[in-house]
Amino acid sequence: MSDAPFQVAGRRSKEKEEEGISVVEVLSDAAKRSVAAVQDYAQLSFRAVTNLATGPHYFQDTLEQMDDVGVGSLPIILLSGFFIGGVMVLQTGAQFVRFGQTSLTGDVVSLALVRELGPAITGLLAAGRCSSGMASELGSMLVTEQVDAMRAMGTDPSRKLVTPRLLATLMMVPLLTALMVFVGLLGGCVASVFSLRLGAVEFWRRAIDALEFADLMQGFLKSVAFGFILATVGCYKGLTVRGGTQGVGRATTQSVVISSVLIIVADTFLTKISLYLANKIF
Amino acid sequence: MATLIQEALETAPAITFEDVWVGFDEGQVLRGVTFQVRERETLVLLGETGTGKTLTLKMAAGLLAPNSGSVIVLGQEVSEMKERELLAFRRKIGFVFQEGALFDSMSVAENVAYRLREDHVPEEEIEPRVLEVLRFVELEQTVELLPSELSGGMRRRVSIARALINHPAIVLYDSPTAGLDPVTSQTIITLILRLRDVYGVTALLATHRLQDGFALANFHFDAETKRVVANAQNGNAAEAARTRFLVYRDGGIYFEGEPEEIADSNDPYLKRFLV
Repeated sequence: MSDAPFQVAGRRSKEKEEEGISVVEVLSDAAKRSVAAVQDYAQLSFRAVTNLATGPHYFQDTLEQMDDVGVGSLPIILLSGFFIGGVMVLQTGAQFVRFGQTSLTGDVVSLALVRELGPAITGLLAAGRCSSGMASELGSMLVTEQVDAMRAMGTDPSRKLVTPRLLATLMMVPLLTALMVFVGLLGGCVASVFSLRLGAVEFWRRAIDALEFADLMQGFLKSVAFGFILATVGCYKGLTVRGGTQGVGRATTQSVVISSVLIIVADTFLTKISLYLANKIF
Repeated sequence: MATLIQEALETAPAITFEDVWVGFDEGQVLRGVTFQVRERETLVLLGETGTGKTLTLKMAAGLLAPNSGSVIVLGQEVSEMKERELLAFRRKIGFVFQEGALFDSMSVAENVAYRLREDHVPEEEIEPRVLEVLRFVELEQTVELLPSELSGGMRRRVSIARALINHPAIVLYDSPTAGLDPVTSQTIITLILRLRDVYGVTALLATHRLQDGFALANFHFDAETKRVVANAQNGNAAEAARTRFLVYRDGGIYFEGEPEEIADSNDPYLKRFLV
């Protein structure tokens, strides 16, 4: 593993530019850069995790990040969750009415929120809010030499900056997901009572009965994975900023785009794995 | 004066660069640089932008590894150390960054106390030590302020206080007077001079301004009168701290020598720094 953290690959030499560049060379350079970026990202993530096993630990920083990621994201998560639950009921209810099966609405909304929408929407909203925040904060620290100052004073930036953010996100995103699911069901309940004329008790009974342990595990597994993605991508983009304040802006945008796409891609694979495990284990 | 130089030469080198090469994809920045800084000595590193002054300081602090060659600081081969070893090693040196590099979310007191808190120094011990160094840089009234509320010169002084907090043997200054007005620059140089003469630190100072180096070479801090005074011709104990100059050009050392040599030089490149 590299002993010089966060030193990214340099630019092309002027001599090479003057010599003229072939298409193959350009493509091979781009491929090398991509592989190097994946390697750097993997190293950063690995270090952030292994730092948990050894000291020093920064509990105060972790608590501050938990406050920022958890409490700070609460309003958007709760508001979005309530209306997503409501709209789910309106959409599914409109179809169930045709077959006279509106009582199934609770089952569908509950399963969709716990298995899929809760973790995915929470992950995407948290990526938009927290991953970008991490990238811009760490990027600004990097361009103003605060990260170098930290290293010069004997502090490991991956311990002080990355691990607390990762740990806080790993703990907070599942909690936020649970809250979103609950508030989503609440929104669904309100919509079903007023729109489908279903009883609130019936809605909740069916919503809870439809869930199995495997569904809860699927939602939990996804929320942990999405938390890991958004924290590590945000920190990686922040700590590899190049090009001053303009670079910070670019890294912020990239962190949201990359973490959102990775969350959606990972969601597909995690769903397949969870369904497989649910059949094998539960 | 000859005796003083002899004494200085007999002391162990605090920093040694031996055939150091460093570069990036753009090309080599330093090509086989070799020099030494002895204990209690101040080496003034001059050169135009992009000649590798900051890289030299970063290599001395172990923030950057050379492509080849060796960097030995306080008897330890920094260029061969792993990051974990470097973190412990860096606590022995102070680094003053060009723009101060203060943590902008922390107050002045928290910035200065950062290193002590990292070392788990008891809280009751931290406050007096923070006040002591802030008094040294004449900024004890700013403890509660944030870096954004300070002027450029004040930020540099807080950065010096932060570097000074655990009495490092070596302090590395990266263009401490860059972008400051002449009066504030003089305040910073006086501070560096006091730091050298009161605490006896070894210093490597990167700068564009030759006059910064001459001020360090020609003045000293008199502990009795607590004033900065010009060195006497015959010298005394307080003047034992020696100042030398090193000029970078095109990736190599263009000039290395005493203040008198550079002052008497008619070299057009060296004269550029006098402007």
